[in-house]
Amino acid sequence: MADFILETEGLTKEFRGFVAVNGVSLKIRRGAIHALIGPNGAGKTTCFNLLTKFLDPTRGTIRYNGRDISGAKPADIARMGLVRSFQISAVFPHLSVLENVRVALQRRRGSSFDFWRSERTLDAFNDRARELIDWVGLADFVDTTAVEMPYGRKRALEIATTLALEPELMLLDEPTAGMGHEDVGRIAALIKRVAAGRTVLMVEHNLSVVSDLSNAITVLARGEILAEGDYATVSKNPEVIQAYMGAGHG
Amino acid sequence: MNGFFGMPRHHALLTVGILVFLVVAPTFIYPVFLMKVLCFALFACAFNLLLGYVGLLSFGHAMFFGGAAYITAHSAKVWGWPFELAILAGMATAAALGLIVGILAIRRQGIYFAMITLALAQMQYFLALQAKFTGGEDGIQKVPRGYLFGVIDLNNDLSLYAVVAVIFVAAFLLIYRIVHSPFGQVLKAIRENEPRATSLGYKADHYKLIAFVLSATLVGLAGSVKSIVFQLASLTDVHWTMSGEAVLMTLVGGLGTIFGPIAGAAVIISMENYLAQLGPWVTVVQGVIFVICVLAFRRGIVGELARLLRKSL
Repeated sequence: MADFILETEGLTKEFRGFVAVNGVSLKIRRGAIHALIGPNGAGKTTCFNLLTKFLDPTRGTIRYNGRDISGAKPADIARMGLVRSFQISAVFPHLSVLENVRVALQRRRGSSFDFWRSERTLDAFNDRARELIDWVGLADFVDTTAVEMPYGRKRALEIATTLALEPELMLLDEPTAGMGHEDVGRIAALIKRVAAGRTVLMVEHNLSVVSDLSNAITVLARGEILAEGDYATVSKNPEVIQAYMGAGHG
Repeated sequence: MNGFFGMPRHHALLTVGILVFLVVAPTFIYPVFLMKVLCFALFACAFNLLLGYVGLLSFGHAMFFGGAAYITAHSAKVWGWPFELAILAGMATAAALGLIVGILAIRRQGIYFAMITLALAQMQYFLALQAKFTGGEDGIQKVPRGYLFGVIDLNNDLSLYAVVAVIFVAAFLLIYRIVHSPFGQVLKAIRENEPRATSLGYKADHYKLIAFVLSATLVGLAGSVKSIVFQLASLTDVHWTMSGEAVLMTLVGGLGTIFGPIAGAAVIISMENYLAQLGPWVTVVQGVIFVICVLAFRRGIVGELARLLRKSL
């Protein structure tokens, strides 16, 4: 039996009669880079939001490390080591790069309700924050305000922030969306490095990135699983080709 | 050492500047006017804690200001409570109100949050108008100022001024600390990107609620002190225009700047005071200034200054 970090069973989400995700049963193997792909409107992002608890499923269960998290809150699952990124780069725009990463490291203190303490308490996290920033190649930007950085760098910062939580399972929502060619290569290499020692589930449009990085792929179409397997298997599947290219090409 | 109270140098210098000003000011400015400015500066600073650092626009802060003013006035006048207790009672009332309103409003965002706070404040206005103890249209008048620690006679304007100045400085330092604390750092993260803060494991609603209660309590302090200084708590204090006043002061001074609301309060109160002979035209002048601010100095007085100096103020 393989060891699955995340399993869903019959996951379904309906919006006023429209079924966005229908009976999806996913199994994410521990240590894998698992890609969720599919044409526009296939329900990838809805599925992603269900897994990260930003949406509540209409039916179905989600188990993380064998534990049912179907009713958990987004902040709770983050504390369990399941951390997501967002489609639009999710940085804190008017905080510096260092502060961005530090806010995540600060989570280790538990809740930060201590409004009477000086923020210099947080200086204890500076070294670790610099290490992470250096690791994603942003050493020259430590004091830059996040909003002033180019898009690709923001995504790198986002990954550093996510890494600060030392997540067991990282969920990346279209990590290379809207990027230039050069940035795509840089982020793909970064994801590969990040994946060492943890599990990554990503929604991705760029098929060359998917083929390069992932060792398991699930194809969604119209809210349902169309095919599963590695890139070679999936890319030869006539149904997948038809879903991507439309009728007449199969 | 970063100088004073863990502040960066320019903040420490400005704060010392304010302290020096507060000490020498009563020699050439009427103390009651100064106290009025300080009360409203505190009001605006506490309001800015919420709008500037959490990004929540409350349109009901008059409810905490006026609510605290009524309770302080009533407990000092009718129950004969001493100055300190009357102030604390006002703050406690504001904190409790803040908790209730916060729980109801905090899950909503933007305009909905503003509308809920406004609606609740209007309900409180109606209560203040109808209830017996508030004195209706007359308000609670001739509130005794009392004695500090039973010794210092606060009927002397200068003694009272000293007390008010100390309260203001202490509250300002507290707000400064809240903004520059681990808690404040999370608040800023929530203001900047709430879903992201949630995905990092922060329960945004809890942080916002605490910030709301802190803001309400400090606004209550301002209202309580105001009712002692002017020996009056009235419907003006709970009217929605009082909430508008806080918004105006904060925006004119500089939203999200630590010193901005003080400047804003000083400007607005001075205008109301020195342009009083214009009668109702004061509001027109205020409106024009507000429009100019929004069009030309969107960052407010201190905000524009900070941009010129490339420093956060």
